Amino acid sequence: MTSLMPSIHYLAVLPAALVLGASVLALILTSLVRGGISTRTSTGISVLAGLATLVVTFFQWSYVAHHGATTTIDHAIVLDGFSVVATGVLAVSLIMAALVAHDWLSRSAVSGPQFHILALAASAGALVMVQANDLVVIFLGLEILSIGLYVLVALDRHRASSSEAALKYFLLGGFASAIFIYGAALVYGATGTTNVSSISYFLAGNVLLRPGLLWAGGALLLVGFAFKVAAVPFHLWSPDVYEGAPTPVTGFMASIVKVGAFAALVRVIISALGTQMDTWRPILFALVVLTTLVGASMALIQRNVKRMLAYSSINHAGFILLGVWSATTRGNAATLFYLMTYAPIVVATFAVVALVGGARDDAHAIDRYRGLARRQPLLGGALAILLLSQLGVPLTTGFYAKFAVLASAVDAGGGALAVIALLAAAIAAFFYLRWVLALYAEEPVELDRVVVGRASALVIGLGVAITLVFGVWPGPLAALASHATVLFTP
Amino acid sequence: MHSSLWLSLLIAVPLAGALAAALVRERLNAAYRVAVGTSVIEMALSLVVAFLYNNAVPGAATFDFAGRWVLAAPFGLAYDVALDGISLLMVVLTALVVLLALLGARDTRREGAFVAWLLLLTSFTMGSFLAHDVLEFFIFFELTLVPAYFIISQWGGAQRSRAALKFFVYTFTGSAFLFVGTLYLGFAHQHQTQGALTFAYSALSSTAMSSGTATWLFVAFAIAFAVKSPIWPLHTWSPLTYAEAPTAGSIELSALLAKLGSYGLLRFAFALFPLAQANVRPVMLSLAVIGIIYGSALAAVTPDLKRLVAFSSLAQMGFITLGIMTGSKIAMVGAVLLMFNHGVITVGFFLLIGFIEKRRGSATIADLTGWQGPAPVLAALFTVVMLASIGLPGLSGFVSEYLILIGAFATHAWWALVGTLGVVLAALYLLWAYQRVFHGRHHGEAISDASARERWVMVPVVVLIVALGVFPRPVLDRISPSVQQVIEHVAPAGVSK
Repeated sequence: MTSLMPSIHYLAVLPAALVLGASVLALILTSLVRGGISTRTSTGISVLAGLATLVVTFFQWSYVAHHGATTTIDHAIVLDGFSVVATGVLAVSLIMAALVAHDWLSRSAVSGPQFHILALAASAGALVMVQANDLVVIFLGLEILSIGLYVLVALDRHRASSSEAALKYFLLGGFASAIFIYGAALVYGATGTTNVSSISYFLAGNVLLRPGLLWAGGALLLVGFAFKVAAVPFHLWSPDVYEGAPTPVTGFMASIVKVGAFAALVRVIISALGTQMDTWRPILFALVVLTTLVGASMALIQRNVKRMLAYSSINHAGFILLGVWSATTRGNAATLFYLMTYAPIVVATFAVVALVGGARDDAHAIDRYRGLARRQPLLGGALAILLLSQLGVPLTTGFYAKFAVLASAVDAGGGALAVIALLAAAIAAFFYLRWVLALYAEEPVELDRVVVGRASALVIGLGVAITLVFGVWPGPLAALASHATVLFTP
Repeated sequence: MHSSLWLSLLIAVPLAGALAAALVRERLNAAYRVAVGTSVIEMALSLVVAFLYNNAVPGAATFDFAGRWVLAAPFGLAYDVALDGISLLMVVLTALVVLLALLGARDTRREGAFVAWLLLLTSFTMGSFLAHDVLEFFIFFELTLVPAYFIISQWGGAQRSRAALKFFVYTFTGSAFLFVGTLYLGFAHQHQTQGALTFAYSALSSTAMSSGTATWLFVAFAIAFAVKSPIWPLHTWSPLTYAEAPTAGSIELSALLAKLGSYGLLRFAFALFPLAQANVRPVMLSLAVIGIIYGSALAAVTPDLKRLVAFSSLAQMGFITLGIMTGSKIAMVGAVLLMFNHGVITVGFFLLIGFIEKRRGSATIADLTGWQGPAPVLAALFTVVMLASIGLPGLSGFVSEYLILIGAFATHAWWALVGTLGVVLAALYLLWAYQRVFHGRHHGEAISDASARERWVMVPVVVLIVALGVFPRPVLDRISPSVQQVIEHVAPAGVSK
């Protein structure tokens, strides 16, 4: 009787259940309440779900601290420090993205609770990914996340580019998912299991005489992940999708997908295939070099800030891969730290872009930003700080994020790789600074004032506060990230 | 040992001043008064520290005022300050330069923001000179870029955007190597001690490494400092940036930020990697000498006064590098002294060029002629600063260049011989420029002589030029033990005394 029904550790699955439940709740309310629910109500549901998840992570953290890491549902779901912190990051990103969307929904022609329902569902997928301990469950999370996003990208029906981006994302994303699941199948063929821990035990205890199947499987998994995090050369979808998607969706995507995909990537590469690291290192090396350099260089020639931020996020993906490349405890902590600091900054940056984009969400030329900081010092100054943080200037969290991944890479013997990545950062400095220059340009032409909604102001303020406070005093975040990885178990 | 609170105050006071100036920026003159008040306090603080400084602290060598707090253990990040004779001189220079830049090169366009950036830059520069931790130094070093970038890009000349970008990206790229080198050094030390990750200067300076590793690390550090100084051939950002920056910005760049480069070269690249010396010395000495000749040659033909000072700075930085890299005590003391003297002299130059620019709206030599007649005081002030820069005995430039050259002759005669040519060339390009600007017949609109305010601002510059030329002893007494300390640390690896 018990053999068929695996035991469930409810605290472990609570975040995903909560967020999915909130999505269903919003869906039901929409159909039951006459005239549908207001934007305010649906935003409230999203924010409350995010806050509740955040509260749950505190209980999870204390559970893990007292009882150690654990797995549940037949070892398919893991509860450890790494997943708890990643869950917290997802919750914060969800709250911030929901607030950004609130302002957008109130002023644009797109309305209704669809955004929140889909965003909650997609977040549930990401939450499953960060806790997944099985290739099939990772795939499940990936699909829940992606399908939600395909629809979210197409949400702005008044712009053809939105639908176009969704179709592109859907077709290429479908390919990537197929490649991923094929890789999972090949790994299953090579090791006889899809469970991350079991794969790791199997590889630690056995020598594969013909590792071709495993290599092919691992490579395909890596391609699937590289697509999701937009690592070069699997990045081609990202500028178009970032540009076409409604801006709040872009911000949501940039944070949630990165966190989910990278957390799962760490589990697969470090936990499952960790014993084969010598095989994957050169591939990851090439990915880091290409991703950082191409991301930075291509961003230079963009005139559209959303495309520019797409390439910037590619550049950041390269830096996060640097932490994965290190494949050490320090590297995992660095990856986590990078995600912790990058997610809120990128959502806040897109919050500003969404505001400046206007009601029709189409004013994204860099010229639209000329003199913004002169006309509206607070908004422009906040954007300047967020950009400098992405650039990696000291006294912002962006610096310590880069510091953490570079330190782990140097510690793992990758001095040359660290230098290449930093040179890419120097190239990236050009376009961040060009944008900052535009912000502070003396502009004779009077453009309309950008109207800043309260919810967006809160998000931008939060992003700036996080980057400055922890930029001056990174101790707590750094300690959290490194404790989270000490608890990390395969 | 004195309390580290003094040093923290040196960093915090300009920070608070910047904040206050930003808050009162709307009110007329308020921000400027705040800034001047802050820098007067800063100057007083630096003088107090200079008099309190004790160069023989038990257990801390020549470092005084030390204090260390760990901020983020997993990163090895700490706030750690200490001061020795070399940093002391730089601290006094920083306080002085900012005060003079504020008084002499007032820029009333959006003044609140301008002085706030300037004070922020002061705070970060102070932090760099006081940092007793390699990572902390790097952070302050990197931070100086932000205010400098905003000062150039918003208050500079016609090509300010290009100049600011070029400056930022050049320096940022150079820093990449310093950053990776720092991390490598920290981990090398951690692996040796099996302890916690730390970047404390005193700990890292005892890291054992092979001469090959030391050489690579030296190169990584030296690239960053060569960009900042600048040292030939990584100087190409400097003429454009110096020329396009507002006067106060040029002063900060050439008199202070450039010193961060040579200070870093001495304190970190030279002192941390003794085993690299044998490999890198010929290269560094040659680059220094090339810089001297190249800078002087270009200074002679450049049509613009600001660019002239930029190229002449390149030559002076060559002298400083020459002095440091010989590893001879006399030359190194001379180099540290020249860091200070060059700072004072460039402040003088840029202030005077600023005065000229204000009257004529141009710093192009061809636009200026015959200024001696209508502006005799300006001409006299220019003469003093120029003669000090040429190295006339009795003025400050002479003492430092002389010490560098006799030190270098004793140990590396051939390089010293070529370097000496630079002294002759300096006389050539400066006198020639002087003739073209001040001699001849004046035509065009009437110009006024130096105002009372301008004269008073130049007083400290002239006093220091003369005082350090005649009686450099109190300063030398403070530098020597610290330089001795560096040499004793490096000497077992084969550096001549």
